[in-house]
Amino acid sequence: MHTVLSSPGQTVTIGHDQPFCIIGERINPTGRKKFQLQLREGDLSAIEKDVVDQIAGGANVLDVNMGVPLTDEPALLSKAITLIQSITDVPICIDSSIIEALQAGLETYQGKALVNSVTGEDDRMELVLPLIKKHGAAIIALPNDETGIPATAAERMVITEKIVRAVEKHGIPLEDLVIDPLAMTVGADPEAVKITLETIYLIREKWGLNMTLGASNISFGLPYRHALNAAFLPAAMSHGLTSAVMDCRTPLIVESVRAADLLLGLDPWGSNWITRFRAMEAAKTAAASEKGV
Amino acid sequence: MTHDDIIKALFDETLVGNAPAVLELTKTGIADGMTPSTILFDALIPALEEVGARFERGDFFVPEMLVSGKAMSGALAFLRPLLAETGAETVGTYLMGTVKGDVHDIGKNLVNIMLEGAGFNVIDLGVQVAPEKFIAGILEHKPDIVGMSAFLTTTMPMFKVNIHEITKAGLRDQVIIMVGGAPVTQEYADVVGADGFAADASTAVRIAKDLIAKKRAAVSA
Repeated sequence: MHTVLSSPGQTVTIGHDQPFCIIGERINPTGRKKFQLQLREGDLSAIEKDVVDQIAGGANVLDVNMGVPLTDEPALLSKAITLIQSITDVPICIDSSIIEALQAGLETYQGKALVNSVTGEDDRMELVLPLIKKHGAAIIALPNDETGIPATAAERMVITEKIVRAVEKHGIPLEDLVIDPLAMTVGADPEAVKITLETIYLIREKWGLNMTLGASNISFGLPYRHALNAAFLPAAMSHGLTSAVMDCRTPLIVESVRAADLLLGLDPWGSNWITRFRAMEAAKTAAASEKGV
Repeated sequence: MTHDDIIKALFDETLVGNAPAVLELTKTGIADGMTPSTILFDALIPALEEVGARFERGDFFVPEMLVSGKAMSGALAFLRPLLAETGAETVGTYLMGTVKGDVHDIGKNLVNIMLEGAGFNVIDLGVQVAPEKFIAGILEHKPDIVGMSAFLTTTMPMFKVNIHEITKAGLRDQVIIMVGGAPVTQEYADVVGADGFAADASTAVRIAKDLIAKKRAAVSA
């Protein structure tokens, strides 16, 4: 099962037989005070650096969230997408919980976008899925509903089943459905990550669907988060996770993902790994000779 | 063990979150004639205050805060009926809920733990709390503070709706209203007409206490 995203100049394929798809999480104002203020004043310049840094770090897709309180989020999101598409061909994941913002984003975006996200709530699905169908986009869906975030993998499976049926009913191919099995911090519940891993495994077994999640969530409230994130992703990948909205500016985390690609047979003969190694060596040599001069 | 030793041990064991030891020491203290208020105000609450201070400094992390809070809750469950008998005054009553349309509760639960640790009587209405449920809660529990949590930019506007409904019901001047959640800012709290905002659980306790003290001072003045 392949989820194919595109921009005018690039195609990205997410799949269980593909190298892991890294979705850069950085273009998001939550918890970034300065960025929030800039966005409120219509200053989008910080985004350019986020784009460049994340692509240099290894992002395959860029998540774009413009959730700033007290602003016109649809207009802001639309502006941000136009700006990003003028800099790069890396496909975009349009991230908002506001329907109007998703709509504005989809209308602006050139290519096939990934949309983040819809929940398993009936009224949300009735609003979002027709938009996805109309624009031929792909959608991330979270298996939670009106009653809360399910504590067990079995309950998450029940809601995923409901989402699969709704997606089929709206005539959207299952290739374009990406389930977010819900990643919560292990700092607040020692079982949280185990439940996520179990859900990933079960969804892959039953439907073979692609999956993504907010990987950095798992380490919230804990020290040395990078190491936890770097340990989590390979474990999730071996259970069947095919992409993540994640920190791609920290080499440790990206390296562990690319190492897992190789170890899990998704980077045959290590060609990506070796290419990456050579690029790093070349950069080191270049830096050393510059110092020498 | 002298009473001072018990106080000291209770403080230390609460700080490291040793729930069985905290409960045992609490029972030992009561059996030995210590009052429930002494145990609560001289050992448990100062311990949780220390946890909060360390968390704010970045020396303590979320799981440590949780285990300390749980250790304290265990002792509190044992002390509560005894405290009720002696008629000891609580710090205040705090009615808490995640707003309608929102199911996120990790942050809210952390705040609850720290509030209980500070001696508040916390009533948690859970997630997806509609305005009418907040109002029914205010009428039933007569809280000093109503706390509302929202995790999404789409659900944050419920703060304003809730405050409007509480005002319409004629209850606005009876309660202090605090708001919080990942995307919430002080500015947003001001715009919706809340009395207080905090970015984390420990700060929430400090601000809750300050707001109650101010309100009580204003009433008595």
